[in-house]
Amino acid sequence: MSGTTADSLVWLGTPSFPEAARTAVADGRLRANLRGATRTIRARRSTLAAELSDWEELRTSAAAVKRNALRHLDTHLIRLEAAVTAAGGTVHWAADAAEANRIVTGLVAATGEREVVKVKSMATQEIGLNEALATAGIRAYETDLAELIVQLGDDRPSHILVPAIHKNRSEIRDLFRDSMAAWGRPAPEGLSDDPAALAEAARRHLREKFLRVKVAVSGANFAAADTGTVAVVESEGNGRMCLTLPDTLITVMGIEKVLPSFADLEVFLQLLPRSSTGERMNPYTSLWTGTTDGDGPQDFHLVLLDNGRTATLRDTVGRQALACIRCSACLNVCPVYERTGGHSYGSVYPGPIGAVLTPQLAGIEHAPSLPFASTLCGACYDACPVKIDIPEVLVHLRARAVDSKRGPVPTAEALVMKAAAATLATPHTLTAAQWVGALGGRLLSRQGVLRSLPGPLAHWSRTRDTPAPARGTFRAWWRRTHRQEGR
Amino acid sequence: MRIALFITCFNDTLYPQTGRAVVRLLERLGHTVEFPRAQTCCGQMHFNTGYRPEALSMVRRFAKVFAGYECVVTPSGSCAGMIREHHRTIAGQYGDAKLQAAVETVSPRVHELSELLVDVLGVTDVDAYFPHRVTYHPTCHSLRMLRVGDKPLRLLRAVKGIDLMELPEADGCCGFGGTFALKNPDVSTAMLADKVHCVQSTGAEVLTAGDNSCLMHISGSLNRLRTGIGSLHLAEILAATEGDAR
Repeated sequence: MSGTTADSLVWLGTPSFPEAARTAVADGRLRANLRGATRTIRARRSTLAAELSDWEELRTSAAAVKRNALRHLDTHLIRLEAAVTAAGGTVHWAADAAEANRIVTGLVAATGEREVVKVKSMATQEIGLNEALATAGIRAYETDLAELIVQLGDDRPSHILVPAIHKNRSEIRDLFRDSMAAWGRPAPEGLSDDPAALAEAARRHLREKFLRVKVAVSGANFAAADTGTVAVVESEGNGRMCLTLPDTLITVMGIEKVLPSFADLEVFLQLLPRSSTGERMNPYTSLWTGTTDGDGPQDFHLVLLDNGRTATLRDTVGRQALACIRCSACLNVCPVYERTGGHSYGSVYPGPIGAVLTPQLAGIEHAPSLPFASTLCGACYDACPVKIDIPEVLVHLRARAVDSKRGPVPTAEALVMKAAAATLATPHTLTAAQWVGALGGRLLSRQGVLRSLPGPLAHWSRTRDTPAPARGTFRAWWRRTHRQEGR
Repeated sequence: MRIALFITCFNDTLYPQTGRAVVRLLERLGHTVEFPRAQTCCGQMHFNTGYRPEALSMVRRFAKVFAGYECVVTPSGSCAGMIREHHRTIAGQYGDAKLQAAVETVSPRVHELSELLVDVLGVTDVDAYFPHRVTYHPTCHSLRMLRVGDKPLRLLRAVKGIDLMELPEADGCCGFGGTFALKNPDVSTAMLADKVHCVQSTGAEVLTAGDNSCLMHISGSLNRLRTGIGSLHLAEILAATEGDAR
């Protein structure tokens, strides 16, 4: 894996998950914002999913289409390239972030423009495109409202779909008042924190850019291999503006986004809005196939990004994470995400899907604490519209994380685990350990309760009492009361 | 029916009363309980923390010890889930064909207590008496891995004298997650605080669940905060009768 991949996908300098989470959990305002927002979306999603009598069948179809697409990814991509080319577009292949950035920067430079408008895209965040463009003297304007908020605040997104979920509206009003002028049209005098007023301020600020800028950069939600059609779904119409007004359109798309056929969109256009925003339809669904003379961008480039995806495909358990359609349903149901927010994950991809995607795309050594950032409660699996078994991948990656640290000198945790395995190896060793534990526990306990525990268990006993080991174990009781000779 | 009991290392050591309740309950219902003494642990802690090869000997032991039984019960949703869902994974990854075959035979015969009672034995009214105000926390593995659904609640509703209170946000995780509580103590504590708040809001005297590990976590805080709310495993409520001086 190249250094660039890890540098942009994983936020360098972010502490490990438990440490970052400690700060987040202590931030009362952040927790309140997250709790409110995830609960609202969660409730909407569950109502809207229940509306469809064939919801489970849709999930099954979507999972099947995605797995088929991934199994024959090479074939579908070659068909996609042929179809896009035939429709007047140009296809570029990027092995990693650095190559993708080089391609996009080169394409923008060739137009002679110094500005681009962007429709929200996870892929371009993953490769750190805005920073790469800035280095080349090109300014990238985010046009999605939440992305604009993040950009104005020199902040990082905290959620896949609602990147500014961690901000409330008075924080946003302050940000507009303080930072909008540096990026173009300033916020109006006396701006209130009324949502309509905030939206109007953003609209006026952005409209000037839509009408002026000649180059757009987008991501892609889907691309159909048979027709070469690319799809972007969004809620604000900023995407429609970016995809239709500029002369040049550059789309950066992860290679896993390809669908075998145009007809497959039917399933996903039902599942995605319901799973993500709890809406029946996306307000804007833009589909385009190459270029059309005299209508829309006359120059279309599709950059197909690998950046760790082929490596992920090699893992027969972990590869299912590539089926993700970035709906963020797993974030909104995850009890861990709800308390910590996205920044704690230290990556472009937060939440349960981030915990399985990031270590695979960037390499487990760059995000070893993420597979452990879950209680394995399974809510994410139930919510996932394409049935990614996130808990299965989490425990699979935990084993990989542990295995990567196995060496001549075992870690402290490995020693504990080894000792525990030896204790549990036979009933005799277990009984001996129970005897020692019960004796020690009773010595330390007061009225049958342990208030503080030693070593790594100290964290536990900071907020919880622990029962002292019972006077007799179950097996001792059984031996006494049941004469039957067990094996 | 002849039923083998897998007590789990955790219940054996810290909550022996749960095992005694299971035995008492099943014997009262006319069944024969056997306790194969060579049993130890399902290997869940090792598996979930990433130490898969270390769990192999426990998977092997489990398959061997319970090979002769048509029906196995365990008073833990998470251990039952581990056995039914993941013993296959470990046997497939590290075991030989013989172990794989043994696991395929044994694992499906393992039931969590409410599954055994409702699905296998076909009872929901076990003739229990427990005149207290109780709230039930459905643990994540029972709920989403085993899909026990409302079986524990059906059993509880049939208990005489019980006053069952609905737990708000019942399906929310309590934040235990095995080694998660140690590796991510701050998040675990934040989740626990919310769960405790929900339990307190019900006005219940007793919190019950099908897993002593989650109960240990929640009651650890209920005790520390001196809420006066006790906790009991589902088996202990179902085993209680009018003869008990509770």
